[in-house]
Amino acid sequence: MQLDAKVPAGNLESKWTRHKFDMKLVAPANKRKKKVLVVGTGLAGAAAAATLAEQGYQVEAFCYQDSARRAHSIAAQGGINAAKNYQGDGDSIYRLFYDTIKGGDFRAREANVYRLAEVSVQIIDQAVAQGVPFAREYGGLLANRSFGGAQVSRTFYARGQTGQQLLLGAYSALSRQVGCGAVKLHTRSEMLDLVVHEGRARGIIVRNLATGQLTRHVADAVVLATGGYGNTFYLSTNATGCNVTATHRAYKRGAGFANPCYTQIHPTCIPVSGDHQSKLTLMSESLRNDGRVWVPQKQGDKRKPADIPENERDYFLERKYPGFGNLAPRDIASRSAKEACDSGRGIGDSGLGVYLDFSAAISRLGKPLVAERYGNLFQMYEKITAENPYETPMRIYPAVHYTMGGLWVDYNLQSTIPGLFVAGEANFSDHGANRLGASALMQGLADGYFVLPSTLGNYLAENSTPALSVDAPVFQTVQGEVEAQVQKLLSIQGTRSPSSFHRELGLLLWEHCGMARDKAGLEMALRKIPELRKTFWQDVRVTGSGAALNQELEKAGRVADFLEFGELMCLDALSREESCGGHFRTEYQTEDGEAKRDDANFSHASVWEYQDGRAPVMHKEPLVFENVKLATRSYK
Amino acid sequence: MTSISSFYRSSVGCKMVMALTGIGLVGFLCAHLAGNLLVFKGPEALNHYARTLRDYLPILWVLRVGLLAMFVLHIVSAIRLTQLNRWARPVAYTNKKNVRSSLSSRTMMLSGLVVLSFVLYHLAHLTFRWTHPEFRELGEFDVYQMLVMSFHSPYVAFFYCLSIVLLMSHLHHGIVSLFQSLGLYHGGLQPVIRAAGAGVSVLLAMGFLSIPIAIFCGWIGL
Amino acid sequence: MNVRLHVWRQQSANAPGKMVQYEATDISPTMSFLEMLDLVNEGLVAKGEEPIAFDHDCREGICGTCSLMINGVAHGPNEATTSCQLHMRSFHEGQDIYIEPWRARAFPVIRDLVTDRSAFDRIIQAGGFVSVNTGGVPDANAIAIPKPDAEAAMDAAACIGCGACVAACKNASAMLFVSAKVSHLSLLPQGKIEGSRRATAMVAQMDLEGFGSCTNTQECEAVCPKEISVASIARLNREFLKASVESSH
Repeated sequence: MQLDAKVPAGNLESKWTRHKFDMKLVAPANKRKKKVLVVGTGLAGAAAAATLAEQGYQVEAFCYQDSARRAHSIAAQGGINAAKNYQGDGDSIYRLFYDTIKGGDFRAREANVYRLAEVSVQIIDQAVAQGVPFAREYGGLLANRSFGGAQVSRTFYARGQTGQQLLLGAYSALSRQVGCGAVKLHTRSEMLDLVVHEGRARGIIVRNLATGQLTRHVADAVVLATGGYGNTFYLSTNATGCNVTATHRAYKRGAGFANPCYTQIHPTCIPVSGDHQSKLTLMSESLRNDGRVWVPQKQGDKRKPADIPENERDYFLERKYPGFGNLAPRDIASRSAKEACDSGRGIGDSGLGVYLDFSAAISRLGKPLVAERYGNLFQMYEKITAENPYETPMRIYPAVHYTMGGLWVDYNLQSTIPGLFVAGEANFSDHGANRLGASALMQGLADGYFVLPSTLGNYLAENSTPALSVDAPVFQTVQGEVEAQVQKLLSIQGTRSPSSFHRELGLLLWEHCGMARDKAGLEMALRKIPELRKTFWQDVRVTGSGAALNQELEKAGRVADFLEFGELMCLDALSREESCGGHFRTEYQTEDGEAKRDDANFSHASVWEYQDGRAPVMHKEPLVFENVKLATRSYK
Repeated sequence: MTSISSFYRSSVGCKMVMALTGIGLVGFLCAHLAGNLLVFKGPEALNHYARTLRDYLPILWVLRVGLLAMFVLHIVSAIRLTQLNRWARPVAYTNKKNVRSSLSSRTMMLSGLVVLSFVLYHLAHLTFRWTHPEFRELGEFDVYQMLVMSFHSPYVAFFYCLSIVLLMSHLHHGIVSLFQSLGLYHGGLQPVIRAAGAGVSVLLAMGFLSIPIAIFCGWIGL
Repeated sequence: MNVRLHVWRQQSANAPGKMVQYEATDISPTMSFLEMLDLVNEGLVAKGEEPIAFDHDCREGICGTCSLMINGVAHGPNEATTSCQLHMRSFHEGQDIYIEPWRARAFPVIRDLVTDRSAFDRIIQAGGFVSVNTGGVPDANAIAIPKPDAEAAMDAAACIGCGACVAACKNASAMLFVSAKVSHLSLLPQGKIEGSRRATAMVAQMDLEGFGSCTNTQECEAVCPKEISVASIARLNREFLKASVESSH
């Protein structure tokens, strides 16, 4: 596997401008003859499909949801970063670039991150032109807030629904192209495999979830914008339908998968309330601006929070990180909460929770001001837990939220399979080992609106793909394999539901490949996952048929892939013998329990190559830092 | 012409036609009531009013034709929209609750049909005098006497009262609704419009009800 | 707790459907309504029966996928709450719970409680956008927008397109949905420019899809999980009237 990042020459600031000029263009008349398949209609997918269609390409877009507007980008609350420096507080493209590189614990590719910061400013312009109702000041100009501990106010937001509004913007641009016939949209359509012909990605096999029908789609290039793999853990803040199938199948067809062990655990989620739990709900990070995190000092202290006197509480973030206090970055805050619970001081029935207390803020600011800042979040919390955060502290616990790993892509967002491009959370490119708040929306839209349409055009201009029909043997073969898997799943008729396997896998991964990992645990997981997978293929029970809407069959197919992918996550976590960002190996920590990076040996992206029937092979893309100096993140 | 027909063909345009004709019909009701209330001033006042109307027969006919046109348009549009609305939900819920909608808003077709039947009876009763042949023996414009004779019948008085109550229900929703259909129901106007809808419909109903009740109870007589 | 469910079961779009009774036992009041259904489905799968199909995705009240008529009310008894955010503590021991799909000609049933709401997408495709291409747009702060306008636009833009308004309306009218989109864009200078064209095109598509007309009963507003106001319907009517007057010149 060749890992050529194809980073353009020249200094950091001019790489993208220069590259845009150097890339070849497709003549307008020829664009009409080129077809691109875009899988996923979240921020990256919808933006890419709309933009490519505007440029004149034939586009077909696919999503498993019943509408393109429902992709999980919609759930992002906090905001989107952009280096506009509208507040005049010293922000710049370079500062956003540096913050992102540092926040990612120096495990991302410099040139990509710089380009991300560079195009961030265009995203805001584009969104406003589409009618995204960002928050504004009384003077009519855009409002900003500081987010996730950033020292500048660069986050644009639309109440607590920024993801929704940006997605509706991208969806409206996509809808416009669907309306004028430039995009053919397939909803309730799940990609089940990638078709690679003569070394190039040329098509996909799709199952219509409403009818069960399998269809073949051929094109000159394929874009995967299918999101992250957080649901491998079963419980996460992802939508229940989010899955790894598209990227995992691409991996099995030869695309390198980079850094699958990098997962982000978000510190402020509502704790699990029982075995029946189907998903976790995030409470915006902004709550930590005024909320104080604590647990009782005594182990097993089951008194009501109000009965625990001040001197018997441990405000552990303030104690351990006096500089940042409750605003310590996500990975650090999450790990500290886990440590507190592991030491037997967790709160709630399960002991897996910590308090986020607003009583100090309420007495300092008054209830009306607290209500103005967090009213809707308090309401949402109360809706779910039936507890009133004005009166009793919130209970929070970390949960899987985002995955920084993904299919490996070069500077052009092309995977190791020519013609297969990957955008948004599905690729690995920009966040290193930890993502900063309000950067996911930025990356999805940067890839979709501004990067991919240029680089994909260059690919199409440079490569003339030979004519291929959906009746070609390669399509028949791949469809046959998909059909066989569907039939296999339906024919086992065992005793356990797909969800039960998923839940078991999730627990295993959360335990051994979650917030803290160690060699012994990972090795145990690597033993148990194949066993679980074996049981799955012997004992899963899928009711119904493949020729209709069958949600059990959908789940079973996804779980089958999670069961393979979970193993890859553990393999990667085991091989990365250092701690960085969201990946914390307990063996590699400083004396006071902080992550210890090993730049000499692990300053690389680990890229996994699938081997049929054998363990995957790991390749390394060395990360070269020419512009920033590697430093230890310290938030003391 | 095409723009008018496409306007009317759209569900929103059709609703606006209902709203505009509704305004006309409410206006007619107000004028009609003002005339009717002359009954309390005595036979001369009412009969003089009736005679005066006849003195301007051409104008009266223009008004009548206009009124008829509005009435027909209102009904035709209502039938069209009702058909559309029934068609839009082919399978009914086995269990359906109403959370905010008022009874009057959900029974517009019913109240409208009763009002329509009332109008037909009313015309046959007092305008064409088919139902009471004995009226023909009265002087041509003795409206006063016709009223008094009619409302001594409990059946006639009851049917009038029932129809007027349903008319009130129809107007109670209709007046607010017409502002909404014409895009005028927003912001600070909303409470004003709601109050006006309730006020106008109740006042009109009280006015119309006062006559049969007063006659039936013998407060006014020959 | 235990509750008795009456659920609409329908094999496919053209098959006849009927209400079927299920006992949901050992339900925790902390469960969400959909988790209760998950549990019932686990039980059905264990018995080899086909589970109840229902739409859901984010389970945090923002994607608009879940769509259950619960005891005759779209999204159930709690105000401003989607089906997925409803919890079992809102019900009592032994309660009978009726669960039906959205019912409208424009939302045909695919299976059980799953309906096809693509009509909404086609309405957006007809005009629910600002016609700008990617790139070449002015700086985001080039046009100042009064804060109240931006806030009002955001109120309307909060619509999640779930279809509860259609489900609750006695006429299966889509006016609240369409008006939310029209209002959102017509309140902003960027969207105002093609406001007339948008209103006309979206209303025409709405009629074509077979939704009923709005008789202003306000039932939609009462069940809307995002509390979209019927004032937006008045705004759509104004836009439509304006467009009709303009086109007649």
